Amino acid sequence: MKNFNGQVLFLDRADINTDELIPARYLTEITKEALKPYLLEDLKFKGFDPEKDISGKSIIITRSNFGCGSSREHAPWALEVNGINLLIAESYARIFRQNMFNCGMMAVELPAGEIDRLFAEFSDKPTIIETDFANNRFIIKADGKESEISFSISGFDRALVEAGGWVDYADKNY
Amino acid sequence: MGKTVAEKIFDAHLVDNPYGDIHVIKLDSVFCHEITTPVAVNDLVSRGKDRVFDPAKIKAVIDHVTPAKDSKTALQGKIIRDWAKRHDIKDFFDIGRNGVCHAIFPEKGFVRPGFTIIMGDSHTCTHGAFGAFAAGVGTTDLEVGILKGVCAFHYPKTIKIEIIGTLPEGVYAKDVILSIIGQLGVNGATNKVIEFAGPVVDAMSMEARMTLCNMAIEAGGTCGICYPDKITVDYLWVFISNEYESRQAALAAFQEFYPDADAEYDDVITIDAGGLSPQVTYGYKPDTVKPVSEMDGTPVDQVYIGSCTNGRIEDLRVAAQVLKGQKISDAVRGIVSPATPEIFNMALDEGIIKIFMDAGFCVTNPTCGACLGMSNGVLAEGEVCASTTNRNFFGRMGKGGMVHLMSPATAAVTAIAGYITNSKLYKV
Repeated sequence: MKNFNGQVLFLDRADINTDELIPARYLTEITKEALKPYLLEDLKFKGFDPEKDISGKSIIITRSNFGCGSSREHAPWALEVNGINLLIAESYARIFRQNMFNCGMMAVELPAGEIDRLFAEFSDKPTIIETDFANNRFIIKADGKESEISFSISGFDRALVEAGGWVDYADKNY
Repeated sequence: MGKTVAEKIFDAHLVDNPYGDIHVIKLDSVFCHEITTPVAVNDLVSRGKDRVFDPAKIKAVIDHVTPAKDSKTALQGKIIRDWAKRHDIKDFFDIGRNGVCHAIFPEKGFVRPGFTIIMGDSHTCTHGAFGAFAAGVGTTDLEVGILKGVCAFHYPKTIKIEIIGTLPEGVYAKDVILSIIGQLGVNGATNKVIEFAGPVVDAMSMEARMTLCNMAIEAGGTCGICYPDKITVDYLWVFISNEYESRQAALAAFQEFYPDADAEYDDVITIDAGGLSPQVTYGYKPDTVKPVSEMDGTPVDQVYIGSCTNGRIEDLRVAAQVLKGQKISDAVRGIVSPATPEIFNMALDEGIIKIFMDAGFCVTNPTCGACLGMSNGVLAEGEVCASTTNRNFFGRMGKGGMVHLMSPATAAVTAIAGYITNSKLYKV
């Protein structure tokens, strides 16, 4: 299983698309590693600088419809090679969400109110999340304090994370 | 309880129901192109599983960057070309015979009502125009599709969009779908199939239906679906005439996948096309849509006519109707890319290519290139493109560039004027 612990990057915008995650001009690469420098290169909004803000982060908390647009799995790969295996958002585009779990990564949904609260409480300070996968909960650490938040994950998504992705799962079962 | 089209197709293809509403379905076809397939092929090779489930059910094309523009794209082409050869994939379309995937595969008769199709390309939803379930997937789903001929989906919910009235002259399928996306929003159909129905869809050609279904994904939809009818059968007849006794018999067979009268929909939306005017996007999301009249006078640097949305012969005919005897503005670069060699040939025979060239357009070979800023018409920072494509994300057609989506008629007149405006084909 992949690592789902670490420091959080907050991206406070809805509808972040896969062209922003990894522009098409880099789709000529045929290895995942080659995508590393280009993650979120075209994402432009106040308070985000891809050159400074991505380094050292392992988790993204963001808003609704994350990963809309192209089916390119280069988007989760660009996250993966930057050490980001866990996303927490209000919702995702279907193909992107499936691509995440197909790679053994996690795209977890939380209700809008919970996402609002996480932004309000933590987005202005260094925040670390540890994932207790067995018990469906995140432990949030900031300002020397700890809190917990529970999440749900479907049986199929859990199986994909445990199997390390869809290829291994399907090869075993079909 | 009755079933929707997608529910009927899923039930007819069920392989496994491992968890909750997850349905693993058998695939009738797996489509491949050179951007998302090579990584899947390399991964299969590295796993020691370099196999395909059925070479006759795999169709492949080089379309995103063709001819290759550099060593990297040449290598992508080589990987898919070598793979097609070693697995005896006969339906592989290389340079000279290649076209935009979602235009060439239907043109070759590879899509049938009731089919299940995946491709590593989000606009795979286009093929639902034939009454098929066709969905864009990532490289991992594609890889499993190639190896095992299956794919997993949530059991589909469906939104039915009934388009009533009569489409005004000079208003096209592109204007209809832009208006629908404006209403639904970019995630209004996420995890759902959209059935397009009603007299306006019934009157549409297969080309127009493909334009409609092509952009279902821009509202988050898994697939857009039109009901197969006489128009579908006529389009397919050249490919299926040895499988059915008559066109009526083919239609009767295809009607197996009609929705039941008591099918349960997630939502039913009725749209009156009678009052619709030409539409255009103004922002960086496909749901930022306005009537063209409200954007009148917006200057552009480039006009692009082509793509899996609007690069078919009907689209070129409409644009040529606007461009005939006219010159495009000195301030504009005009680029047209007929979506397949067959479309290119028809456009040559009909004098359409000459009309484009006389007007000052550059005519390129069939390719996806410019639509996603990979080749053949990339924008510079700060430039604006009037485009018949499907996505207007920031930087989509080139870093820092802006895209306004519109119909071929609006794009053609915009090229002449140098700014966004309504064509004379639209009579207010």
